[in-house]
Amino acid sequence: MYSNGEELIALANTQNKKIYEIVIDYEADRTGKTKEEIVGNMRSVLNVMIDSAEKGLNEEVNSISGLIGGNAKKVQDYLNENSNLSGYVINKAMARALSVSEVNASMGRIVAAPTAGSSGILPSVVITAAEVLNKDKDDMVNALFTASGIGQIISKNATVSGAEGGCQAECGSAAAMAAAAVVEMAGGTPEQALHAAAICIQNILGLVCDPVAGLVEAPCYLRNSSGAVNALTSADLALAGVRSIIPFDEVVDAMYRVGKALPFELRETALGGIAATPTGIKLKNKIFGE
Amino acid sequence: MKFYGVFDVLGPVMIGPSSSHTAGAARLGKIAGKIAGCGFKRVDFLLHGSFAETYKGHGTDRALVAGVLGMEPYDERLRSSLEIAKNLNIEINFIPTDLGDEHPNTVKIIFYKEDNKKITVMGSSIGGGNILITEVDGEKVEFTGEYPTIIAKYMDRKGMIAEISGKILDEGINIANMKVTRNQNRIVTAIIELDVQVTEETLEEIKQIKDMITVASINPI
Repeated sequence: MYSNGEELIALANTQNKKIYEIVIDYEADRTGKTKEEIVGNMRSVLNVMIDSAEKGLNEEVNSISGLIGGNAKKVQDYLNENSNLSGYVINKAMARALSVSEVNASMGRIVAAPTAGSSGILPSVVITAAEVLNKDKDDMVNALFTASGIGQIISKNATVSGAEGGCQAECGSAAAMAAAAVVEMAGGTPEQALHAAAICIQNILGLVCDPVAGLVEAPCYLRNSSGAVNALTSADLALAGVRSIIPFDEVVDAMYRVGKALPFELRETALGGIAATPTGIKLKNKIFGE
Repeated sequence: MKFYGVFDVLGPVMIGPSSSHTAGAARLGKIAGKIAGCGFKRVDFLLHGSFAETYKGHGTDRALVAGVLGMEPYDERLRSSLEIAKNLNIEINFIPTDLGDEHPNTVKIIFYKEDNKKITVMGSSIGGGNILITEVDGEKVEFTGEYPTIIAKYMDRKGMIAEISGKILDEGINIANMKVTRNQNRIVTAIIELDVQVTEETLEEIKQIKDMITVASINPI
């Protein structure tokens, strides 16, 4: 049983296991289900993720409100047709993150990971990293367990809700989960996985939740894309041997405190930040006919 | 705070766009509907905090109504729940309000039944589609809907808890959590979370216990 990052690492090290193995062991212990059953469930989760990450690459998926849509396809087409600045991996991950976000905003089926607003980050990072590292579906399922372990710890000690802790808690947690997951998939140690997660959250500490018109669309979908990039670059830093100066658990605690200190207007109420700009207000009035 | 399971974190599989505002709202509605039982003609949703500010955009309204009609958070009919309620002649009202010092995503749901009874359920969507029911008919409670749950209301008297738990034990079922509160009118609300759902027969036996007022049973959703 682990209630924070330090305990998770201690368990992994004393048992000479990966984080995902500890997470599966605990889930089996906690629920009384077999490991096969639990892994099978995660495979279904992965399949929903893959579908939602691919849909928007091939067709324009538009939100119910009409505020966003078609951007995943734009990035995919850009990747196919042009030379680009940040390379295949980054662009592909961004396109996939946008795809899931667009499917979500169209009231389509997605996996909350850990929330619906941040649902694009984990699939895009895991699928894209697996592609680059030549990993199969089993490896991706394992990566999702690693991610889940990080998400469990953040949920327990802080929050993953934008309304409670701002977008740092929502997209930040998703990115931290994704970063840790792909560090392990790439062969990194449990310590490196947690360094990646810690770096990831530090990078966006204080990020407000300010959806235009109160819809989980803008700037949410772009933050899914930047969250995916944050996860991949934080993973690379950790794999290169860069350590977070502040331990993961303390970063999670800091994130929670920052979230509580954020004013009401900046926590998913659509009363501050981007939502409260003249254009944001105009769009809200247009969508709701006020 | 409870420890989240793997599929609480990577899940639910749901209809977008918001786990707190859509999936969580659908679950809150579903549990509230179970507590109210069938046969309601009007439902008022008192929306608090972020629910009050953003319910239209997040489809919270559609999700809450889908829930009280018994739909799951991944049910694709969720998008058209308002129309479905209309066709069933159920009056629906959304009333943004301030419920005081509650979680930002809180709703108080008032059911008006055909027999003129009124049932009130309050709960919060606490993130990632997880929820907490905090009040039933004005009594403070606390349960997540994660376990099979029995909500029993009865006139206070000695031995009631022994009688109820006896019926549950007769079926060989373990009680996971139990919370009992009593109001000034000596009406008790008992929230009993079980490892396994009791059978209809046991539930019926509990309903027949002397001084029992109402018994509702909820399956995990």
